[in-house]
Amino acid sequence: MSHDHHHPTGFKRWLYTTNHKDIGTMYLVFALIMFFVAGGMSLIFRIELFRPEHVFIQPEFYNQLITMHGIIMIFGVVMPAAAGLANWMIPPMIGAPDMALPRLNNWSFWLLPFAFLISLSTILMDGPTPNFGWTFYAPLSTTYGPKSTDFFIFSIHMLGLSSILAALNIAVTIINLRAPKMTWMKMPIFVWSWFITALILLAIMPVLAGGVTMMLMDRNFHTSFFEAAGGGDPILFQHIFWFFGHPEVYVLVLPAFGVISHVIPAFSRKKLFGYHMMVYATIVIAFLGFLVWMHHMFMTGAPIESQLFFMYSTMIIAVPTGVKVFNWVATMHKGSLTFETPMLFALGFLFVFTIGGVTGIMCALVPADYQYRGSYFVVAHFHYPLLATVMAIMAAIYFWLPKWCGNMYCESLGRWHFWLTLISVNLTFFPQHFIGLAGMPRRVPDYPLQFTDFNQISTIGAIVMGLAQLLFLYNIIKTVKRGKPAVERPWDGAKGLEWTLPSPMPYHSFETPPDDLDEH
Amino acid sequence: MLGFARVGRFVARTLTFPVRSVKKLLGIVALVLFQLPVYAHSGFSSYWNMPRGVTSISHAIYHIHMVALWAGVVICVFVFSWMLFIFIRYRRSKGAVPSGVSEHLGVEIVWTIIPFVLLVVMAIPATRILFEIHDEAKPAMTIKVTGYQWKWSYEYLDQGVRFYSQIATPQAEINNQRVPSPNFLLEVDHPLVLPVGQKIRLLITSNDVIHDWWVPDLGVKQDAIPGYVNETWTKIDKVGTYRGECAELCGTYHGFMPIVVKAVSPAEFQQWLAKQKVVGGGKVGKSSKPSAPLSENALLTLGKKIYEKDCAVCHQTNGKGLPPTFPALKGSPIATGPVGPHLAIVIKGKKGTAMQAFSEQLQPQELAAVVTYQRHAWGNEAINKAKGHALVVHASDVTAAEG
Repeated sequence: MSHDHHHPTGFKRWLYTTNHKDIGTMYLVFALIMFFVAGGMSLIFRIELFRPEHVFIQPEFYNQLITMHGIIMIFGVVMPAAAGLANWMIPPMIGAPDMALPRLNNWSFWLLPFAFLISLSTILMDGPTPNFGWTFYAPLSTTYGPKSTDFFIFSIHMLGLSSILAALNIAVTIINLRAPKMTWMKMPIFVWSWFITALILLAIMPVLAGGVTMMLMDRNFHTSFFEAAGGGDPILFQHIFWFFGHPEVYVLVLPAFGVISHVIPAFSRKKLFGYHMMVYATIVIAFLGFLVWMHHMFMTGAPIESQLFFMYSTMIIAVPTGVKVFNWVATMHKGSLTFETPMLFALGFLFVFTIGGVTGIMCALVPADYQYRGSYFVVAHFHYPLLATVMAIMAAIYFWLPKWCGNMYCESLGRWHFWLTLISVNLTFFPQHFIGLAGMPRRVPDYPLQFTDFNQISTIGAIVMGLAQLLFLYNIIKTVKRGKPAVERPWDGAKGLEWTLPSPMPYHSFETPPDDLDEH
Repeated sequence: MLGFARVGRFVARTLTFPVRSVKKLLGIVALVLFQLPVYAHSGFSSYWNMPRGVTSISHAIYHIHMVALWAGVVICVFVFSWMLFIFIRYRRSKGAVPSGVSEHLGVEIVWTIIPFVLLVVMAIPATRILFEIHDEAKPAMTIKVTGYQWKWSYEYLDQGVRFYSQIATPQAEINNQRVPSPNFLLEVDHPLVLPVGQKIRLLITSNDVIHDWWVPDLGVKQDAIPGYVNETWTKIDKVGTYRGECAELCGTYHGFMPIVVKAVSPAEFQQWLAKQKVVGGGKVGKSSKPSAPLSENALLTLGKKIYEKDCAVCHQTNGKGLPPTFPALKGSPIATGPVGPHLAIVIKGKKGTAMQAFSEQLQPQELAAVVTYQRHAWGNEAINKAKGHALVVHASDVTAAEG
């Protein structure tokens, strides 16, 4: 594990560490734990939704669960997992010894568990936990918010700080610490994706922080930013929230794009098709991502001019996104394919993401959105790309785990995990398209009788999905403890500097920058 | 099959979670296996697709939805069959050798242009429909729709009729103590009655948090936002009852504020309207003549009725509330304190909570009755007597307190 004999052991090692690999591991473990916490919450409300009436939780608790589920899945699972991958993989991919700002790196991680302790501690308090949905629209979260909202706001501030510092560190590392021969257009695409992600984060997190600070002022210091009765504007909150919230979608999905652009070439034994176009497409997506936020607000009484502008800008995003999908498939075309678990998950990503993309175009059409918005169709729509992102993260873990711990995971367990996940994701979310179209609103604990059967299918899918993740957990723990030793390059088609290092990666790597970039 | 369903329902409904949860679980399993057809087709007009609806707008929306849906299916079929072809043709196990080609400007241009054209083809009709949706000119009548936690009010601005519309599904059904009726969660006490064939302008706003007025069959969805009055319209082609639910999370009972629109012929609408006017501007219009004082017993009977309709959702039938969101009234400082503050909170509501200003929604007589009931029920009577606080409130007290 270590070539360095100075670092502390036990708990202090993890508390004081400035090593990018240790911090990467902590991010990933944290994300895994929170994945089960937020997933467990979703199972509770999915079981409630098994029947149209109250079964075993009350509407108030239901609202608290959906709020926490959303916040944790986004800020506690997908973002930390992506940050963990960045920490582990960006330095070896660019031939750097560590992140540029190691102490900052430690701090950005350790803010995270405490931020969640603060928001989760509201469960133990007298008064409801935040219950206004992960979008926390004013005035439901301001004038009408429970007392615990102030803890929630503070927690969001800390999460924002953590994200800004992590993004800053990643951007600075990529700009400054690349191996001498690694020009921008020779950079691995995962690094490119994270570079753009980091820039997005730096632009949007301060906006969110400003928004929640305004909430704090409205709640405690007698301002009226969002309070109509005081001359404020509830829609202003939505503008601020979605100016953060839509680019945030790309913060979640761009690192996943990066992962897929490594896994698919490795198992196709071919170079990524259209590398340059892939980079440009990512930049265009990120740019357009800033110009579409009002498509979340088509029914707020937006004038036709802005509805049209945001409809067109949203539809245009489909073009660079389509380019990416076509390039991934073209990478496989005339390749030499094998289907190990990382590849299966990458293909699962492609399948699930494409469906989510297509429903995304449907939602962009404003007239149709008059029926879709606020319905289960939207729930189904956004869970598709998000579950695709989760599958991409799983692909990344199976892909790089041998490199991290030096052991091979159990392939047959991995395949079981993949097939159960793919089937259950579709079992859970596909029927939600139907009930949404027929008229079922989202965020309701009970529903009209006709939606019962599709909801029951959905609940069964969710339970299978939850159980399948236990296989994932077991496989990871088993692999980390023991397993067939992994060779330096366990995937014969994988290229890049990270694969030139031994497995497991030494505690300190690339103390001198490499000469050869290990290109295809 | 149906026999099993009955057994399943019996088992599921006679036992309460979590006391006999194993048996309940068995009941749920029986429901999954045998009850699916029983639940189908009630409430909403469509089962698993967007309804065509009964307005020209809903037809147009349905059309663009189907165009986009099929375009999406074509895209998926193309991508997935290409992938499938690759999986079969280019497997290493079949001896596939990787080609060296990794850039091709031609295909990149092709798969940039083709989706773009496809999008333009969809954007043109979408733009056209959007202009129709925004054509609010020349309405025959205007109705102001206001969202409350958790009910709607409808005001016929030109006719001077105003009433509240709230869920009529019994609590026992919601709490799983009785078999749900076919329109479970989709029944209201006073539906919005509209004439067919007339363009009706809807002005939508909110009294507290953001709600959203959505009736799928009309193709109408509009946020109800405090401080804003949003405008939309509908013209219903067919007589019938059309249902919807609030489509924006608005607090605890977001799932329990349905919308029912009853579309009737213009003649029938006029008859309905005339009847509303006789009542005195609908349910909430203040009648001008003071009502005769009621006896204590009459107040209690009326009060219990009002309490169960308007208060029990939050404060619960047993008066214990759901603290801390909805405080208990049983033994509460308000209900067992001086009459003044008790009347004031019922009349004016409490800002920043779901406690509304009920003077807008109830007649003085009804307000007096419900306050009287609260001061008597759940053992409050004994406490009030011991402390020497008034027990009975009359309509005249309410009028005085309202100022």
